[in-house]
Amino acid sequence: MDSRSQSLLLRKIQELSFVAVDLNLFLDTHPGDRRALEMYNNVHRDLMQAVRKYEKVYGPLVNFGYSPVMQDSWTWVESPWPWEIKY
Amino acid sequence: MWLYEKKLQVPVRVTAPDPRMAKYVITQYGGPEGELSASLRYLNMRYTMPTGKAKGVLTDIGTEELAHMEVVATLVYKLLEGASIEAIKAADLGAHYADHDRALYWENAAGNPWVAAYVSATGDPVADLHENLAAEQKARAVYENLLHLTDDPQVKDVLLFLREREVVHFQRFGETLMDVQDHMQRRKFY
Ligand SMILES: [Fe+2]
Repeated sequence: MDSRSQSLLLRKIQELSFVAVDLNLFLDTHPGDRRALEMYNNVHRDLMQAVRKYEKVYGPLVNFGYSPVMQDSWTWVESPWPWEIKY
Repeated sequence: MWLYEKKLQVPVRVTAPDPRMAKYVITQYGGPEGELSASLRYLNMRYTMPTGKAKGVLTDIGTEELAHMEVVATLVYKLLEGASIEAIKAADLGAHYADHDRALYWENAAGNPWVAAYVSATGDPVADLHENLAAEQKARAVYENLLHLTDDPQVKDVLLFLREREVVHFQRFGETLMDVQDHMQRRKFY
């Protein structure tokens, strides 16, 4: 498995999900902000796209049935785990 | 219910093992202003909050703090990875090694174990939200102290990210406090 391209794809997901986290917190205290909601919906779409792309190669990012990509083998237990990845 | 995402919130890198810095950084894992204290404080407070907004903010920030806990754990893990026994002893981590080897442990920089007394909850939403504002400022201050203790630019990147998140959390808790105070005022009048 090419760890360089794995970490590059992960970086992309980390960037997008960071934007989603930050907008989520902002919307919690500004639920009426239409512009923030639109940004949140946009980043949600890009994030889901990046997650699908990653999961097709490296397996599920989320456990307990919430991963958007169907798996034909059980790769959840495969390394590297998050603390082992060399960026 | 929580799900696990098999990724860190931010990439964690270190230039070289540094057990001395690991000994300092672990305080944000198991110290009073650390990420375990923060996540448990917020998730525990949700049950006595009066508004949906406050419950949402505490759930989401409490969850993000769990992700920060994993970032700090990874930083400690990588700072200890490959460090020799000699280096561990020289960094004053011999006592930690005697009990835990290279395992992580919920402790502050001086090696004192985590205690539940780090987490406050009065049941009064205004008092509790003020507690959170102070907690975010204290966590920011500790990250700044840690930044003074390292020259490693990659370690600094991680600490700067975590410091910045405390500033954002402080902002969101401030807005939540104003909203809760409005809510309680309205209840008094009608
Ligand atoms: Fe925080």
